[in-house]
Amino acid sequence: MVASRAIGSLSRFTASRTLRCSGYICRSFTRSSALLTRTHINYGVKGDVAVIRINSPNSKVNTLSQELHSEFMEVMNEVWSSSQIRSAVLISTKPGCFIAGADLNMLNACTTSQEVTQISQEAQKMFEKLEKSTKPVVAAINGSCLGGGLELAISCQYRIATKDKKTVLGSPEVLLGILPGAGATQRLPKMVGIPAAFDMMLTGRGIRADRAKKMGLVDQLVEPLGPGVKPPEERTIEYLEEVAITFAKGLADKKITPKRDKGLVEKLTSYALTIPFVRQQIYKKVEEKVRKQTKGLYPAPLKIIDVVKTGIEQGSNAGYLSESQRFGELAMTKESKALMGLYRGQTQCKKNKFGAPQKEVKQLAVLGAGLMGAGIAQVSVDKGLQTILKDTTLPALGRGQQQVFKGLNDKVKKKTLTSFERDAMFSNLTGQLDYQGFEKADMVIEAVFEDLNLKHRVLKEVEAVIPDHCVFASNTSALPIGEIAAVSKRPEKVIGMHYFSPVDKMQLLEIITTEKTSKDTTASAVDVGLRQGKVIIVVKDGPGFYTTRCLAPMMSEVIRILQEGVGPKKLDSLTTSFGFPVGAATLVDEVGVDVAKHVAENLGKEFGERFAGGSLEMLRQMISKGFLGRKSGKGFYIYQEGVKKKDLNSDMDSILASLKMPSQPDVSSDEDIQYRLVTRFVNEAVLCLQEGILATPTEGDIGAVFGLGFPPCLGGPFHFVDLYGAQKIVDRLRKYEAAYGKQFTPCQLLVDHANNPKKKFYQ
Amino acid sequence: MTSLLTYTFKNLPNTSKWALRFCVRPLSSSSQLQAAAASQTKSKKTLAKPNIRNIVVVDGVRTPFLLSGTSYKDLMPHDLARAALSGLLHRTSVPKDVVDYIIFGTVIQEVKTSNVAREAALGAGFSDKTPAHTVTMACISSNQAMTTAVSLIASGQCDVVVAGGVELMSDIPIRHSRKMRKMMLDLNKAKTLAQRLSIISKFRLNFLSPELPAVSEFSTSETMGHSADRLAAAFAISREEQDEYALRSHSLAKRAQDEGLLSDVVPFKVPGRDTVSQDNGIRPSSLDQMAKLKPAFIKPYGTVTAANSSFLTDGASAVLIMAEEKALAMGYKPKAYLRDFTYVSQDPKDQLLLGPTYATPKVLEKAGITMNDIDAFEFHEAFSGQILANLKAMDSDWFAQNYMGRKAKVGLPPLEKFNNWGGSLSLGHPFGATGCRLVMAAANRLRKEGGQYGLVAACAAGGQGHAMIVEAYPK
Repeated sequence: MVASRAIGSLSRFTASRTLRCSGYICRSFTRSSALLTRTHINYGVKGDVAVIRINSPNSKVNTLSQELHSEFMEVMNEVWSSSQIRSAVLISTKPGCFIAGADLNMLNACTTSQEVTQISQEAQKMFEKLEKSTKPVVAAINGSCLGGGLELAISCQYRIATKDKKTVLGSPEVLLGILPGAGATQRLPKMVGIPAAFDMMLTGRGIRADRAKKMGLVDQLVEPLGPGVKPPEERTIEYLEEVAITFAKGLADKKITPKRDKGLVEKLTSYALTIPFVRQQIYKKVEEKVRKQTKGLYPAPLKIIDVVKTGIEQGSNAGYLSESQRFGELAMTKESKALMGLYRGQTQCKKNKFGAPQKEVKQLAVLGAGLMGAGIAQVSVDKGLQTILKDTTLPALGRGQQQVFKGLNDKVKKKTLTSFERDAMFSNLTGQLDYQGFEKADMVIEAVFEDLNLKHRVLKEVEAVIPDHCVFASNTSALPIGEIAAVSKRPEKVIGMHYFSPVDKMQLLEIITTEKTSKDTTASAVDVGLRQGKVIIVVKDGPGFYTTRCLAPMMSEVIRILQEGVGPKKLDSLTTSFGFPVGAATLVDEVGVDVAKHVAENLGKEFGERFAGGSLEMLRQMISKGFLGRKSGKGFYIYQEGVKKKDLNSDMDSILASLKMPSQPDVSSDEDIQYRLVTRFVNEAVLCLQEGILATPTEGDIGAVFGLGFPPCLGGPFHFVDLYGAQKIVDRLRKYEAAYGKQFTPCQLLVDHANNPKKKFYQ
Repeated sequence: MTSLLTYTFKNLPNTSKWALRFCVRPLSSSSQLQAAAASQTKSKKTLAKPNIRNIVVVDGVRTPFLLSGTSYKDLMPHDLARAALSGLLHRTSVPKDVVDYIIFGTVIQEVKTSNVAREAALGAGFSDKTPAHTVTMACISSNQAMTTAVSLIASGQCDVVVAGGVELMSDIPIRHSRKMRKMMLDLNKAKTLAQRLSIISKFRLNFLSPELPAVSEFSTSETMGHSADRLAAAFAISREEQDEYALRSHSLAKRAQDEGLLSDVVPFKVPGRDTVSQDNGIRPSSLDQMAKLKPAFIKPYGTVTAANSSFLTDGASAVLIMAEEKALAMGYKPKAYLRDFTYVSQDPKDQLLLGPTYATPKVLEKAGITMNDIDAFEFHEAFSGQILANLKAMDSDWFAQNYMGRKAKVGLPPLEKFNNWGGSLSLGHPFGATGCRLVMAAANRLRKEGGQYGLVAACAAGGQGHAMIVEAYPK
């Protein structure tokens, strides 16, 4: 074992280490030729079992690249041609990763769908050969086994997975706007049944090992080990290999069969699926559901259904052909490019480009146990951060503590946490009404009511008790951080951390730095955010920062559209059919009418006419009637606990009627309404980049999609400009400018891009 | 520990078949035992400490340890405990009214006798003026009973304490489900017929599904056998090594039984049954036979089987602990001093059963002696894999440096001094009673073999552990 590992990582180990083990090499490997020539794969033979170990150099994960592909083929050919080898084990020696998927750069390098189809067909061929191997191959899976990795694994004769939290199997291709292009559309339905296969491929959800075992996706589980005489991760992989070898031998000796016993329900289902009529019904149902959810904006799911159907109804040859062709077509779609762009952006925004903070935050304090404060506390304690939650009254504090407990307990109900883990996490939370313990806090995040005077008071109170190194972060959606920091004795330690509600669900964290914020303070805030599991954008200070600032003009337009007589339901359906996950009217209800008004007033003052449009009177009247949105039970809609369907709030009719404005027919078609909303959003986003609020277009896209629900299929405002064409957007803006004036005047950067089609935000 | 419970429940027919097969098999010992030279003449310092009372074990006894479901199956725990107490009275002839205090350890509590120490003491005829309490600390419960006794004497609160432990796995408290219990309690409170009817109307059939005592570690939901299998895998201990160790335990136990060395066992006339005078779980077999068994916890490829695990056991033990001057004044010739002891705890997930590894160096350092000074090791054997993992951990510099914060390894106890009269694998392991057995085995071995220091160590559920130094009383 020691020897094999040394060889596996030869390139990284010092000579002395290799030498020490050299005695073992001859013994455990009967054949060690050509070991050193490969970079991604090495293999040795134990008895009559070939052990193929994957470990791509200089990368945290293994990806199915062209190189890995060809090395694997080479090794398999040796395995097949050797008379001494009777079976094989395929394993990754990289901790926490089997194969994380296909190499996306390989796909991005392709310029035509034919090229992509070609890649798919090569992979199909290799995996088919693997599937038909007379020498059984056991995939030993530890860590992520996704996309192409899963396709490789399910082409093997047997799968053994570690029951580790990091071991996740799945087909996430659909999330990138493509489909599994190396046979999964054909193999998965046979392996786990049509319904489960659709679920995997259409949702892209990751499946934990124990669930995978139940589904028949893996054949055996191996428990992760604790410490022995070497690190747990290292020994776990060795153990997995040892277990896999015994199964490989068993398969070769025909002592074990790869077939598994199916339960009664499973047998019945698979019987039902032999009836063509039943199958047709399933295709129809799934397609209906997909159409309803994607509103026709995402081509990949429908193609997946189509390819699966082709394989089952017309045989696997037709299926494979269809798979590779659709794969090629999808890879060239705008949607896929947008989604892949988002994926890359998300990966970038999960890194701390400011480096490690000088002092890691160990003790956090959150001021205000409201929805936001408690949410921030929840995402902190469940990552093991010691957190103080402070409020001024016992009932308010109790409500916040209950919110944290409920958030954790819901995970227990979903069985993603044990009750014991919940208790341990919850004990990281200290609820209190005073400033006790703040002298040990490394970071304080205030989430008190959005009122500058209050924030000033809180800041002064906190600064009197916290240590010098402690960061003061303000969770505000619109108050400029510089103004909050104005009363601080140590403005270099003041920063904005804008969380989105509900904090435990929304991935985005917008961090706002002022001129005076020190780099270490930023590094510390990003570090905390990453530990809380957030995707982070760092923007400059200014009214509304980036996210709120983009949203405000769109909201202003929402009100105008409502005033022009478009009903909330109609408006919602127009926005969701454009790809927004939440309708515009519902969004106002969700955000809270009072918050919307507050923000609109503030930003309206700062930005003047560009943010005008609808009349704020509507929001004022709604507030005066107590229609604050979901939190008060009434807004544009009526909300009732436990009732999913929401009805229009008929009391809104009089308000809408009293503020009615004539609409302008030439800019009021359904499409125009959609574009009036989106172009104002996009224009403001580009202006943020132009003004330097945003550092990169990537952060702009991530912020818009993950924080505000900008249609993911468009990839965010900047991808949208690149893919849709700056000229077309400017044309739209000019048209609306003619009708409404300055609010639609395109910003300079956008005009520049329109004038020069070569200019792209993403090269 | 409790994990064994499920195992037996699920595999009862299997186990008994297995037991049968082994019963007929004669001793096929391949023991590596090389009994230490019986008459060692070392002169080591005594571990007495200034200003601390010397505390001695006058003597200790236990009932025969039986496979659960055999001769003790109709008893209640306090019956067994009473038998141990009566046996101790008989063995030591201690006047009942001299005893200041009684402490018993137990794990799975019979709800009717939750303070089993008191019920047993009353029944055994101890003075009703002698207080008694019950402690629980999983498999080291009776160790806790003994060290509590030591503390009471050391602090001058008592002079004579009886400590013991009991476990009756033949019967366990199986409860109604929480829903059913809630309904029954609500019914109790209901005043009118209408209220009662409304409560009864909420009854559902699934209320009747019973609730077993926890079979898995509460914090991790993992059964102990499962954890032991993972532990063995983590230390790369093979099935063969585990089976060999189990065979050694059974062979040594058999020899000790045959040679009459297990002198702490007192016969017990079970009401309505014959007198039981011997442990009945000692079943030396052959490696071939053992290799045929299927893994019990991690299926189908694990290494922990019924043959290399301790089995569910009924039994009780008791020791008489006194201040040395009191014992001498009463004319006793004590068997051993109880010296330094320690409790440790660690990660209940991955290091559940590594207590001895942590406790051993700690107690040795406390006492100021080394591994080489120990003449008799008595380690609790929960599983072969657990013992072998502890031995490997103690022999590993890497483990010591990375997990114990030590510069170098603890060191390996020499096998020829290790559990020479069998262990929990073969003699049985009534959870609450094993600690006293370990201490008496160490004390009796030191007398027999002529050594001076014994080391007792054990692991326990919850990731806890214990170790104690036993010093032979000068002859």
